[in-house]
Amino acid sequence: MTTRRDRRDRRDEVPLWVLAGLLTLLAVVTASLAVLGSSRVVLWDFVADSAVALSLTGHARLLLPTVLTVAALVLVVSTAFDETRSLRFAVLMAAFTASVTLTLLADTLPMLLLGWELMGACSWALIGFAWHDRRRVASGQTAMMVTRATDLGLYVAVAAAAAGGGVMELDRLSDLSDGWRDVALAGVVLACLGKAAQLPFSFWLARAMDGPSPVSALLHSAAMVAMGGYLMLRVEPALTSSPTLAGLTAWIGAGTAAAMGLVALAQSDLKQLLAASTAAQLGFVVLAAAVGAGAAGSAHLVAHAAVKALLFLSAGIWLHLLGTKQMAGLRGAARRWPVLGMLATAGLMSLSGLPPLSLWFTKDAILAGVLHDSPALYALGLVGVGLGAAYALKATIVLLAVPDSSPETGRAEQAAPPRRCVVALVPLALVALGAGGMALPPVLGSVPGETPPSPAPWELVLSAAVVVTTGLAVYAFSRRARASRLVPRSVHRWLRDWLGLERAVHVVVVSPLVRIAGAAAAVDDRILAQVPHRTAVGVRLAARAVGRADGILHRVVRTASAHTARHLSTAGARADRHVTAAVDATAGGARRSGRCVRRLARTGQLHHYYLQAVVGLLLVLVLLAIVALV
Amino acid sequence: MLSLLVFLPVTAAVPLLHPRVPDRIARWWFVLVTASTLALAGGVWAAYDTPDPGQLDMVDRVTWVPQIGMSYHVGVDGLSLPLVVMTTAVFLACAVYALREDKRPRTQAALFLGLETTALGLFAAGDLILFFVFFDLSIVGMYLSIHGWGHGERRRSALLFFLYTFLGSLALLVGFIGLYVAAEPHTFDMVRLASSPPLEGRAAVMVLGAILLGLAVKTPTVPFHTWLPPAHTDAPTIGSVVLAAVLLKMGTYGFVRIGMPMLPDAWRAWSPILVAVGLVSVLWGALVALAQTDLKRMIAYTSVNHMGYVVLGLGAAGLAAGEQASARSTAVSGAVTQMVSHGLLTGALFMLAGVVWARGRDFTLTSYGGLAGVAPRFSVLMVIAALGSLGLPGLSGFVAELQIFIGAVAVVPIAAVGLLGILLMTAVLLTAVQQMVTGPRTTPTTGFPDLTRTEWLPVAGLLVTAIVLGLAPGPLLDVVEPAATALVDMVDR
Repeated sequence: MTTRRDRRDRRDEVPLWVLAGLLTLLAVVTASLAVLGSSRVVLWDFVADSAVALSLTGHARLLLPTVLTVAALVLVVSTAFDETRSLRFAVLMAAFTASVTLTLLADTLPMLLLGWELMGACSWALIGFAWHDRRRVASGQTAMMVTRATDLGLYVAVAAAAAGGGVMELDRLSDLSDGWRDVALAGVVLACLGKAAQLPFSFWLARAMDGPSPVSALLHSAAMVAMGGYLMLRVEPALTSSPTLAGLTAWIGAGTAAAMGLVALAQSDLKQLLAASTAAQLGFVVLAAAVGAGAAGSAHLVAHAAVKALLFLSAGIWLHLLGTKQMAGLRGAARRWPVLGMLATAGLMSLSGLPPLSLWFTKDAILAGVLHDSPALYALGLVGVGLGAAYALKATIVLLAVPDSSPETGRAEQAAPPRRCVVALVPLALVALGAGGMALPPVLGSVPGETPPSPAPWELVLSAAVVVTTGLAVYAFSRRARASRLVPRSVHRWLRDWLGLERAVHVVVVSPLVRIAGAAAAVDDRILAQVPHRTAVGVRLAARAVGRADGILHRVVRTASAHTARHLSTAGARADRHVTAAVDATAGGARRSGRCVRRLARTGQLHHYYLQAVVGLLLVLVLLAIVALV
Repeated sequence: MLSLLVFLPVTAAVPLLHPRVPDRIARWWFVLVTASTLALAGGVWAAYDTPDPGQLDMVDRVTWVPQIGMSYHVGVDGLSLPLVVMTTAVFLACAVYALREDKRPRTQAALFLGLETTALGLFAAGDLILFFVFFDLSIVGMYLSIHGWGHGERRRSALLFFLYTFLGSLALLVGFIGLYVAAEPHTFDMVRLASSPPLEGRAAVMVLGAILLGLAVKTPTVPFHTWLPPAHTDAPTIGSVVLAAVLLKMGTYGFVRIGMPMLPDAWRAWSPILVAVGLVSVLWGALVALAQTDLKRMIAYTSVNHMGYVVLGLGAAGLAAGEQASARSTAVSGAVTQMVSHGLLTGALFMLAGVVWARGRDFTLTSYGGLAGVAPRFSVLMVIAALGSLGLPGLSGFVAELQIFIGAVAVVPIAAVGLLGILLMTAVLLTAVQQMVTGPRTTPTTGFPDLTRTEWLPVAGLLVTAIVLGLAPGPLLDVVEPAATALVDMVDR
């Protein structure tokens, strides 16, 4: 039975392996193309004076191979889990990767929107991959609704670009006429903030953690969320033409880095911690784009992609082995399987910003660009750096702790992480450790994007000091007391709840909307739909009234004609009595009056017939109305 | 060729009237005839040359009642040709779907072939009386379809539909007579009326008012939409498909064919109201759809939303005359694209709703759940149709709505409020799909067998067309855009 199961598992793995192979190949091809320079292929016409074109240029030259490589590695790890070992998963991942590729290769707004929104739809399907579970599916919907709400910014941007000169190229947005340019840029930035899970939209990322771990490893490290950062970097040159917007965006980025750092620190679930950290780290990328440090942002994005893919995959493997992603259950997990533990620890160390690992360099390169803009912003950024160190070290300490000797370790002892998973993590770990090299001054110049000034030595020392101090503090507190005791319980709960953002949106937007929709439906049913109904009733009443009037008229006519006839015949008889001599004349008179009666009677009947016809017609209308009412 | 296309279906319906024709033959005859009609429409598309602005191509013209300036006159341009082709495609899909119909299939096939002629005739009409005759015949045909093949309170719904749209058509007739009387010499010819608009000032505004009223009922826009949900709920599946996909377009097509070119001055006067009505329809349709618990009523309200975009785009085309001409013609082109796209996507959705009815005799959303497990084909198609209907890029709805917003926002920035309709539609359709497709399994006691071939083929056909148009709209837009530009020029006169 085991063998049959193995055989079935192996068969189910095939699509994942095929796709992984294909993506590796594509990664190699795109990387070679990227090294050779920019390239552009125009396929056919699309909407709004743009073409379906694939254009490998700028930041995409760096990011596309990264995304494809991460996707391939994620698929390799996915082959090991029952949950994701299926054709459906392979198809959805392929669709998702394709839409990310389209996003990266787009050079006009409509094409970008195509890739961008398809990516959102694929993420909906991937987060709710376990479709039996209504909560997970609802999480997918939350993610899609929030990101689509902000995507409307891109629709506005397309419309503004069309109205402001018809410039659809992403790299030429600054050519738009003044007012429209600001509208277009604001729309683009809004879409970026949503996708990158920046404040106040961050909460969808918390819900997105209901998806399978490999999904988080791709969507919430190198792709989807990272695309928000990518687009910010892509429009960076235009953003400088709109200082107010750039300033606001910079503060949102730095604010998210700090606030989501606190949120991450408050989490007790490893995946939630990593998710909050993703939002925080993307905050640095957004900040970079807003202050004109795009090259550093690009380096940070790549380094972060490797770090987060590594950590989400590790969390997924532990979840697979230990059945939990709660920090309490993961105590000592890194010691139990040392190779996996070392790889994950490397990722966490890099995430903490410890010198001389990747994120220390890239973050400092970004902050160097901030300092000359605004010291206050720089300080907020440093707070983010410190918090980054804190939550990364908090997780490290738990994972490296000596496990409590509990009897149930027996089950886990037998299991071991599948070798292919560990192998797939190695390249990620190498990039996670070494990608900081990109932020070194001689290299940074060749990274796409605006090159910020190099950080002064004291800045590097300061940030290192912040990291080390925070690290020591976290270590000290972890030995003494539970960190949660340091802050009031309500504040802790508020932070763990991602600042209560989801509840707030529910109370402020969703519930009122549902109520309004209900009211609108009631108005539609009870008022609008009743108008024809009422009209029909009115017609029926009117018809009945006319019918009654007609009856009266009928009687009047009949009485009148009978009366006249009687009167005339009386008159005839009187004439008969009066004129006795001429019988002929009498007879003639009688004949004459008789003719008169007949004529009048006939006239009366004509009226009668005419009215009958009217009544009949009205009756038909009434019938129609009655049937309409029944 | 165009006349052949128009009258082929109704001619082919004649033999079906013989009671001895077996049902099996009748069903396949229906498929064969609609397939030939589609092929002919493809031929018309291939032979079509963009006519001069304001003119029609492939014209057939025969004097009919010269005393009142009326003739048999058909022709197509970039506004009508896409609708003609879409109509033939939708009818073919219906014919395939009806292959498993067992309720008087022979007479139903005859009726629908007749309906196809009324629709094609209306879109090809070059004379107001011809237009009006086909307009009213379509109402009669759909009345018979709902009355004879519907379910639930079909008699009441059919009558409501008939009375409401028939009264609307009377308003339309009043408007047509107004145009006729004002034209010098008196004529019902649409091309001539468009080339020299007969009315100006207050009279034009009133005549257009009558025409707009008639068309607004048919489209339908808020607040004249209340006949639509009951008609859809109680109509048979292919009746619903034809009603939503084809008959509603007669209203919006009337705007671009009659209202805009023949009464340009009045159109500009009415356009702020049209923009408002469009926006209200977009938001109202989406909001009310959000509150529905019945699948078919929900889809019906999404139609109100989608037709709202069309009205919004066409209204915007009448604003800011002389400025932003390219943006405004983009809006018109988007409106025409939306007519085609809505036909394909809503047609697919109504067919899937018909599948649901066939399984459970129930449209209540909560009666179904977890269908992904038992009916994967149904689930995949349902998800794609829903994503298309909520305007996801990659499907035709996006191409349409994006163009409409480009045009509308350029002339009335406040039209961006209509984007909220897109968001609401996302909520509406995702919620409905999730209810039915995901979660714990809930099916009728008879189970929920997956789609049969005659069910998935037509749906897939419509959706694939929508995807092709969504990714490569070029061939469609090449036909529509010159006509849209010409139309905007006419409105600016």
